[in-house]
Amino acid sequence: MDSRLLLDLKKLLGSDAVLHEPEDLILYEYDGSVEIARPNCVVFPRTKEHILGIVEIANRHKTPIVGRGAGTGLSGGALARRGGILAIFSKMNRILEVDIENQRAIVQPGVVNADLSSAVAHTGLHFAPDPSSQKACTIGGNVSENSGGPHTLAYGVTTNHVLELEMVLPTGELIRIGSSALDSPGYDLPGLFVGSEGTLGLLTEITVKLTRLPESVKTLLAIFDTLDDTTETVVDITARGITPAACEMLDGYTLRAVEAYVHAGFPIDSAAVLLIDVDGVREGVESQAEEVAEICRAHRAREVRVAKDSRERDLLWKGRKNAFGAVGRLSTTYYVQDGVIPRTKLPATLRRITEISEKYGFPIGNIFHAGDGNLHPLILFDARDENQLKRVIAAADEIIQFCIEMGGAITGEHGVGMEKDRLMPLLFSESDLDLMRGVRDAFNPAALLNPEKIFPNAKGCGEIHIRPLPVAGASVA
Amino acid sequence: MTTASKAAPARLHDVVGAEHVSSDPAELSAYAVDGKLPASAVRPGSNEQVVEIVKYAAAEKLALIPSGARTKLNIGSPPLRYDIALDMTRLDRILAYDPGDLTLSVEAGVPLRKVAEALAEHRQFLPLAVPYFDRATVGGTIASGVDTPLRQFYGTARDYVLGMEFVVGEGVQSKSGGNVVKNVTGYDLHKLMIGALGTLGVITRVNFKTFPMLVSSRGFVATFENLDRAIDMRNRVAQSPLTPMTFDLLSPGAAYLFGGPAAERLMKSSMPLNVVSPSRWTLTIGYFGKEAVLARYEAELRHMAAESAAENVTVLGDRILAAAFAYKREFIPIALESSPATTIVKISVLPSRMKESLAVAAKAANTNQIPWAAMARSLGVIFFALLPVERSQASHRQVVATTNQILAAGANLGANTTIPWCPSEWKSALKIWGPERSDLAQMQKVKKVFDPLGIFSPGRFIGGI
Repeated sequence: MDSRLLLDLKKLLGSDAVLHEPEDLILYEYDGSVEIARPNCVVFPRTKEHILGIVEIANRHKTPIVGRGAGTGLSGGALARRGGILAIFSKMNRILEVDIENQRAIVQPGVVNADLSSAVAHTGLHFAPDPSSQKACTIGGNVSENSGGPHTLAYGVTTNHVLELEMVLPTGELIRIGSSALDSPGYDLPGLFVGSEGTLGLLTEITVKLTRLPESVKTLLAIFDTLDDTTETVVDITARGITPAACEMLDGYTLRAVEAYVHAGFPIDSAAVLLIDVDGVREGVESQAEEVAEICRAHRAREVRVAKDSRERDLLWKGRKNAFGAVGRLSTTYYVQDGVIPRTKLPATLRRITEISEKYGFPIGNIFHAGDGNLHPLILFDARDENQLKRVIAAADEIIQFCIEMGGAITGEHGVGMEKDRLMPLLFSESDLDLMRGVRDAFNPAALLNPEKIFPNAKGCGEIHIRPLPVAGASVA
Repeated sequence: MTTASKAAPARLHDVVGAEHVSSDPAELSAYAVDGKLPASAVRPGSNEQVVEIVKYAAAEKLALIPSGARTKLNIGSPPLRYDIALDMTRLDRILAYDPGDLTLSVEAGVPLRKVAEALAEHRQFLPLAVPYFDRATVGGTIASGVDTPLRQFYGTARDYVLGMEFVVGEGVQSKSGGNVVKNVTGYDLHKLMIGALGTLGVITRVNFKTFPMLVSSRGFVATFENLDRAIDMRNRVAQSPLTPMTFDLLSPGAAYLFGGPAAERLMKSSMPLNVVSPSRWTLTIGYFGKEAVLARYEAELRHMAAESAAENVTVLGDRILAAAFAYKREFIPIALESSPATTIVKISVLPSRMKESLAVAAKAANTNQIPWAAMARSLGVIFFALLPVERSQASHRQVVATTNQILAAGANLGANTTIPWCPSEWKSALKIWGPERSDLAQMQKVKKVFDPLGIFSPGRFIGGI
């Protein structure tokens, strides 16, 4: 590590805001994915002037810089793939302004997703994107990854809730794009920057829309004896034009793990369940819940339970949101993909995943956003076994390949990061990727900011690092 | 005209066939953009032909302006150069429609009407209820970035366009997004194409999320003696649990427009005129649902209307609502046809500043003695139509003075103020893109990546892009 770089950073931020000892850095070499990459130093900026200063120092020393929120990302987006400075936004966590009347909030990027919703809950508003990691993940991370969550089925993902961004470009300028009022004239730059996985700029301020909480919510748990009945139910709900607020599927394998861990009352002998929220004005919710229950029964649901009160509802959702952690108790390692498919292809895809599970001999748990076709197959394996490692990647690739054959996409919400860059050519031609790279290079010309992410790089092709699981309890979208 | 652009037809014939190239000035006048005619118009019949045309234009540095039904080509600055009109209307196929998945993929030149018919067979629709709905194409609608009354509930195109294909640069076929409802694979480049007025390339294919048709809907119309009371009700509804499908405020002048000769010419069915008043502000709210929901809305809206001292309240049933909705949708075409020099200022503000913005604009228009009418979306988007009685030097001066006053006030109110529609010859004197923006440099970077040669609709966009 270049000591002059460290000196510069310490001078800017104070020495307690700069970590560089190996034992400190080891905490920051991974995120929620299976990837590993160690930064040369970790810094904790507190102001936008700090961000400007860090970028200036990075440029002077020609050192890569990567922004990071809570590190809950699932594709290695916030890892320092080429080393360098990892800038953690946890100290830029102030809610700067809440405008109830106009349903807007201005936040620093390090504000935790759930904290914003809690801060405005008394006004009947919330920040709608709700990744399962929402108690830890930051809004800056949500913006970078265009995060989803169970309730984005009805409310839209992060990009649908972002109005204005202030950021520092890797070239050192502080810019503002978009506007708090709607329809900012010119190109939709926020539309480009949201979901650009931290490759275009380092956020300093985010203006988001706040959404009114629904007057009434009903949570249904539909229990099925076969996977096919479960997936056919989702197809039918979608085809009938019903958009629940959320429609999540948990297969039997995951259910049993979740139940042992959370005790939410999930039936452990079933093939799968659907966890469905309907919301809106009271009068509509009643009839919509009944309609959804009818469809479930028509597809041979063994039972359709309606949560009696908010306590029961919260418990069911706790089970869902902690499912990845629960599965983590069954195996030393899992590998999760988040391919997307057209909803009509759910039954065929789940059957294919079962075949792939059998073919490779890995248990695969499925717990996912069924309502928008966003799969999360969790492949359980032992990373200590080199051979298993190779085979798990082959199995995951086979699932993604199938998603794409079905007309789907590589990632629905976890991002490409450094995990799925090698898969990009399955979906995009070289000229498609070149145009995207051109955009990246226009804003990030020296590749100083979050290098070697999203776009396949011939050098790194095929290599993948797997690390042991985090402790049980980590939650995932 | 450059030599290259004179020679263009022969080369274009090779690409698309002579019958799909026009170079006759009489035919070309249909492609005029702010009075400027291209040297030729070409109508490709395939993606490959689009690519060939762009490659040719790039090689010869000819300027292209893509177009569909040409209903919104007058939005934006006059083009700096215009050699080839790239008419996309032959690319009008529905390429994929999966009603069960509620996804749709179409060629850019397909008319909205045709899409609506295909979706209606499965009781679905696209919430692109934009001005000129009966003629407009998907590509033109997306490129022009116009909004719709339905944005109140469904958002704008950026909320339901899932992916796109486009031809950019020197004839490179490219794409972003996909055809699934949730996707973060790669940059969302297609969002940049929305409202870009064809300055980044030509859109060839658009993928959408579709929506189920409404079982039953109603309209609630309340008239108010003044703006204050109308806004008071707007605020009550906005803070309630109700989630209307449309929610717009109409100024007194809007009733004149809807009852005028232009509306009669343009509209198929007549406006239920008794519900809007030429001397009153009118709040119009569309909502949908099952009977119990409709009843709840009506009861609550009636209560709120009474609290806000509404004068007249009317509830419109399904059929009459459709007619009334069409008037709101076509507010801009009707306004454009209602004066020889209609100038429409679009003012986007935070909802809390809508009242003041409307008051300021009305005062500016009244001071300068220009008749006006306004439609304001509850979300904070105001279309303020100045309707001079004649197109003259005097009315030009009045409009310039009025818009400058609105712009100056808008700057203090944090508004985005633009002038999407006005007479072409007035554009140079009007700040049609509003005040200078600090993010212009970033937009210029984007333009350079997509269109390094500057051949796509040069000069039509913000800041001379």
